[in-house]
Amino acid sequence: MASLVGSRVERKEDKRLLTGKGRYTADINIANQTYAVFVRSPHARAKIKKVDTSKALKASGVVGILTGEEIAADKIGGLIAGWAIRSEDGSEMKVPANPPLAKDSANFVGEPIAVVFAESLDEAKNAADIVKVDYKVLKGVINTADAMKGEAIHDGIDKNLCYDWLLGDRKAVDEAFSKADKIIKVDLINNRCVPNAMEPRACVVDYNTASEEITLYTTSQNPHLSRLIMSAFGGVAPENKLRVVAPDVGGGFGSKINVYNEEIVCSWASKKIERPIKWVAERTESFLTDTHGRDHVTHAELAVSNDGKFLGFKNETIANLGAYARVFGTVTPTYLFGPCATGVYIIPAAYSNVKAVYTNTAPVDAYRGAGRPEATYTIERLVEKAAMELGIDRTEIRMKNFPTEFPFKQTLIHTVDSGDYVAGLEKAKQMSDYNGFAARRKKSEANGKLRGIGVSSYFEACGIAPSAVVMSLGCGVGLWESSEVRFNPTGQVSVFTGAHSHGQGHDTTFAQIAADELGVTLETVDVVHGDTDKGTFGMGTYGSRSLAVGGIAIVNACRKIVAKGKRVAAKMLEVSEDEINFKDGEFVVTKSNKKKTIGEVAFACYLPGSRDSDFKSPLPEGEEPGLIESSFFDPANFSFPAGSHISEVEIDPDTGEVKVEKYTAVDDFGRIVNPLVVEGQVHGGIAQGIGQALHENTEYDETGQLITASYMDYTMPRADNFPEFNLGFTCTHATTNPLGVKGCGEAGAIASPPAIMNAVIDALDGQEISMPATAEKVWKACKLLKKSNSKAA
Amino acid sequence: MKTFNYHVPKNVKEASKLASTSSAFLAGGMTSVPSMKLGLATYKDIIDIKHIKKLSGIKVSGKTVTIGATTKHAEVANSRDVKKAIPSLTKLAGGIGDAQVRNRGTVGGSIANNDPSACYPSACMALNAIIHTNNRKIEASKFFKGMFETALKKGELIEAVEFQIPVKSNYQKHPNPASRYAIVGVYLAKHKKEVNVAVTGAKSSVYIDKDLSKALSSSFSSSAIDGMKLDSSEMNSDIHASGDFRASLVVTYAKKAVEAC
Repeated sequence: MASLVGSRVERKEDKRLLTGKGRYTADINIANQTYAVFVRSPHARAKIKKVDTSKALKASGVVGILTGEEIAADKIGGLIAGWAIRSEDGSEMKVPANPPLAKDSANFVGEPIAVVFAESLDEAKNAADIVKVDYKVLKGVINTADAMKGEAIHDGIDKNLCYDWLLGDRKAVDEAFSKADKIIKVDLINNRCVPNAMEPRACVVDYNTASEEITLYTTSQNPHLSRLIMSAFGGVAPENKLRVVAPDVGGGFGSKINVYNEEIVCSWASKKIERPIKWVAERTESFLTDTHGRDHVTHAELAVSNDGKFLGFKNETIANLGAYARVFGTVTPTYLFGPCATGVYIIPAAYSNVKAVYTNTAPVDAYRGAGRPEATYTIERLVEKAAMELGIDRTEIRMKNFPTEFPFKQTLIHTVDSGDYVAGLEKAKQMSDYNGFAARRKKSEANGKLRGIGVSSYFEACGIAPSAVVMSLGCGVGLWESSEVRFNPTGQVSVFTGAHSHGQGHDTTFAQIAADELGVTLETVDVVHGDTDKGTFGMGTYGSRSLAVGGIAIVNACRKIVAKGKRVAAKMLEVSEDEINFKDGEFVVTKSNKKKTIGEVAFACYLPGSRDSDFKSPLPEGEEPGLIESSFFDPANFSFPAGSHISEVEIDPDTGEVKVEKYTAVDDFGRIVNPLVVEGQVHGGIAQGIGQALHENTEYDETGQLITASYMDYTMPRADNFPEFNLGFTCTHATTNPLGVKGCGEAGAIASPPAIMNAVIDALDGQEISMPATAEKVWKACKLLKKSNSKAA
Repeated sequence: MKTFNYHVPKNVKEASKLASTSSAFLAGGMTSVPSMKLGLATYKDIIDIKHIKKLSGIKVSGKTVTIGATTKHAEVANSRDVKKAIPSLTKLAGGIGDAQVRNRGTVGGSIANNDPSACYPSACMALNAIIHTNNRKIEASKFFKGMFETALKKGELIEAVEFQIPVKSNYQKHPNPASRYAIVGVYLAKHKKEVNVAVTGAKSSVYIDKDLSKALSSSFSSSAIDGMKLDSSEMNSDIHASGDFRASLVVTYAKKAVEAC
């Protein structure tokens, strides 16, 4: 039987998703449902003096209106920060309360203040318009770099500082820097991005007054985690009375990790008004209130020797958390960022210092790559600049500092189990015709264009994560994953996973894995996820963890099935277990070639007996009937994909337009389960990274109004912004899981921003420019370049 | 969206009669519907003129191309007759929004709305268009009054736009990267006696750039306007482009237009 793992199997879910047969939260309607519309703060920072609902309550169709007073009175807990990060001085991080409905103060535009429930959406909207909120508007703190100088926006949080975190050894870094020939310095802004999942957030809540159960349908990347948080911290309902279902979800990119105000409020309110509730975000609400990504201001330095050896690294970063600290908000700019900031290089001394600040902007949390794109941008800008300043070829300086022996003990935390960085970069050079660049540049120049080339070598720590490690670093939960594999009596298999697919293609890849392990056909296997009433507790999908953690739980559960199957088959075939070999779905007695298929064994497990004899069970003594096994997998380490991306851009100096001419990506994701799905992930990641580098700009004005709150102003990249992506792979197996797989979901978004920006800056002869490199910025840079060139001439 | 009364008049007369200060004519709805959804515009009555046959269609004569008000961008973009007579007009229509927008949006809607960054008004200006309404004929130069403002009176309905066929013409656009409206759009038309350089996106309303038009009238080559500096004080300035950038883009794209002619 040919192995399914490694095959380009077409996505099983696509027929459903592409023909309109998907079932998203907004598709769900419950009889007698009411419609929720939230009253949101129009101010970035204000005291709430009074909320007057009297007029709105009398409006047509209104079923009820609830405010922060009521939710506080019912002692419903707020939104939480999932990781406790300590400052360098050992003090605990400072976290403000984040009530589901703001009662005393509003801290960003769009923060919910009250909620209206009505018989129709129109009536709910009309009533929400006449809820009168009396605000005392205060001057907001908006800008990341200046946040510590502003007035404290939360009581008791001095300088708006959540923590001042350090990883690494300042003294060792100082020493290394003192011995360096040259110090390379960069000042970088990692621009804030709005994740922009295609499907806006939504929830539908159904409360059963008799059983007292709440069913919450919601757009979540991790329904079990949502239930846990709402139950343990929100006090909405005990876990056994709260069912969370995340049906088809149209993209998350991190923005659907958090449990949001609306889900908590609607779940609580459904019990209060004893009616089902439906809420669907409008696009503007998504812009204003989905967690955003990135938003770092960084100064970083790399100490180098004249021959291009890296001696030391440091970064001083201010990371914007937005108004509140959310689930991954505090860890993203620390443990997901700092350890990766030394990149794929041997750097003997390093430290990463991050100050996380609160501002009157939407909360910032994990966004595809979460911390690792920021880290890679930092080190890869430094390395490129070092190559330029030292006059060493950009690929040579990288090769010079790559580790060649694995496991590689990286400077700050990680021990990377496997990799071959040299092979990756060599392959990228060859695939991109790196050596032919000079000729292409000349050709562009002849047409009045500027051409640049940029390299980005990266590694990242994903497949989060070993529970013992993450809990020691401050995580509130362990990040294992679970699976249950059920064989039906008639031979089909249901694979339950705690991971959640919101575009990743788990229905296909997980089925490939299980089918191979069990020796059954792909069509026999169904993957079930996204419902806390089905399957075991799971931690969900983010941090490129589904395969490297969740997939392994499936492998292990399947192997338990095979182990039991072997015991049963031995009894059926009247031999001892060790005389049986399992291959391609058959338990075969090695000597006699007698066999039982796994289907026959499964059938026997469910119907243990025989009509032909008095009593003859195929089950060994003490063996339970049935064929169901579960597994919880807690990985021994992160997984460490790596690679090198090379991009080429052409700039029109008159219009400032940057065209990505070529893009080559060579990645090492270990063993690849489905190349088609992996290529799709890489394409999406690169597109998102190019979006950040060239197009996407999240702009708040000085009063905290988001002025890029629609697609008229927020530039999402489109297909015509991209060249054909040239993808290649190298392969070193991960040694920390039985499949040898590494995460692939975020790599594209991690590697591509520096690959693009290095190319843009190369085209501009080293002139620094910030992301996104929009037409006007580039046009200005081209003008300066012209000036300096004419001076030089 | 707030509720409204929806009317489908059979003819122009009926449509005009239904009009009031709280009504709007609806053709493709590519601006009005999103505005209504966002609560930026509310109307008591929506008068859908899509079904009035007389308002749609393309006629090409020896000297002019006349396009019915409710003719969709896609129809203009794909018209062989228009392409033969004024190829730049098909190019302009084919570059508006995206395929969905082009299959709903109409020329009448575009110019009646007079968005400062819409493409069509520049074609009207450069091609000495005459706007036919149910009451009169209006020259393009007198039609576009200011930002979202036209010479149209209450109940007055555009029936067709008559473009003069030029000797040569070209349209060049620097699209807003997000919306793909024009940050700057330059419509260049060389007529027998003069050259018109109409500019959209750059100022509060479409205009003829006199300096560029004059320079190109005396010498129709990109070198005639190379290095020209335009006054940026009245240019739009926003998060996508400053006035200075727009001023420079107008010259850049005028040059590109000349070179493409």
